[in-house]
Amino acid sequence: MEYLLLVISAVFVNNFVLSRFLGICPVLGVSKKISTATGMCGAVIFVMTVASAVTWGLQKYLLEPFGLDKFLQTLSFILVIASLVQLIDIVMKRFAPPLHAALGIFLPLITTNCAVLGVAVINMKEGFGFFKSTLFGFAAALGFSLALIIFTGLREKIDRAAPPRCFKGVAIALVTAGLLSLAFMGFNGLVK
Amino acid sequence: MDNIILEALLWIGLIGLISGIALAVAAKYLAVKEDPRIAAINDLLPGANCGGCGYAGCADYARAIAEGQAEINLCTPGGLACMSNIAAYLGVAATAAKKKSALVLCCGDNDKSKKRFAYNGISDCAAAHATAGGDKSCTWGCLGYGSCARVCPVDAITIENGLARVNKELCIACGKCVAICPRRIIKMVPVAANIHVLCSSPDKGPLVKQACSTGCIGCRLCVKFGDEGAFVMDGFLAKVDYSIPVTKEEVIEKCPSKCIQRN
Repeated sequence: MEYLLLVISAVFVNNFVLSRFLGICPVLGVSKKISTATGMCGAVIFVMTVASAVTWGLQKYLLEPFGLDKFLQTLSFILVIASLVQLIDIVMKRFAPPLHAALGIFLPLITTNCAVLGVAVINMKEGFGFFKSTLFGFAAALGFSLALIIFTGLREKIDRAAPPRCFKGVAIALVTAGLLSLAFMGFNGLVK
Repeated sequence: MDNIILEALLWIGLIGLISGIALAVAAKYLAVKEDPRIAAINDLLPGANCGGCGYAGCADYARAIAEGQAEINLCTPGGLACMSNIAAYLGVAATAAKKKSALVLCCGDNDKSKKRFAYNGISDCAAAHATAGGDKSCTWGCLGYGSCARVCPVDAITIENGLARVNKELCIACGKCVAICPRRIIKMVPVAANIHVLCSSPDKGPLVKQACSTGCIGCRLCVKFGDEGAFVMDGFLAKVDYSIPVTKEEVIEKCPSKCIQRN
């Protein structure tokens, strides 16, 4: 039950994009076509889950014992996540070419994107255990994917409609994002 | 104080060093051995990634060429120069493909073919076409909502007075507009050909006249006055046989509805 609530909280109530406002850049950047959006979602889910697991280990076994967690957290997280994603990219290219073809171009794009770093920092702040951290990373990425796919669907429809000329493009996209965020505010209070 | 800074430097340096070594080792030992020809051919291709060759981008086409699955003359943007470069690199004979460009087979703009009703749905040709057969009087002609212009990767298509026009200098013949046009009136024609019948209506003369002032009415004058076999009748619609070069340009004057035009 506790885990279920954690997932619901990360996906709906404290959605990374729409209520924490993390990872806005890829949401605005790759939300023009459903096919690229789903590729991005796959990469984000993958990276955020792995990053949560690895940074937990880093924090627990390196930063905390040596008393470095107060001021080296952000720097070391960025360093480790970035090189890990690069490593996965290389390994994937060798051993899973189809997966690499699907996720490959998105992996470098989100190395230590703010949502990825955000999930790691939140994990440490909340003091989650290893499993809980990983689950939270996965759920947060699911929430990100949900927001991205809904937003992409809306943008595809808006592209075919005729908004006033001054609203065309990014302007109407930002208005849409704001409305979507408002809609997700409705989940507030569902889970503490 | 010094101690903490030193310690922090040390740890970050260590983490960086370990990650760096891991990456270097991985890059060295897990590198995927690719056919070196793929990269070389990819460099010879224009890199437009238009998909006109039928492959997902230039890199994919280069791979297909290297594996011997594709002809080397499929790249339209690169043209002859690109093909002969690849031919020279691979040591095979180059067989030229005729350079083509897209052409909208309609010349009935908003003045020549009036609207039947006011359409204010979404600005998309497929949607307009699905709404009671489109708002244009001619149910075969260009709707002018610009689906082709939006899909064109090189912005070669412009909409002028409700009619799509292809700039054949810019066109790379990728065929995306041909596929998206709901009325199927965009065709690939040889760039060398410069006289076309710009109408797609197979209706009989009186019906065409009602719908558009410049539609082909099937009078056969072009067949009569044009070069032998250059114009052929398909029912009530004249078409150009592009295998025969048109020399008698007076057909442009002869055509009573002025739908034979230079392009």
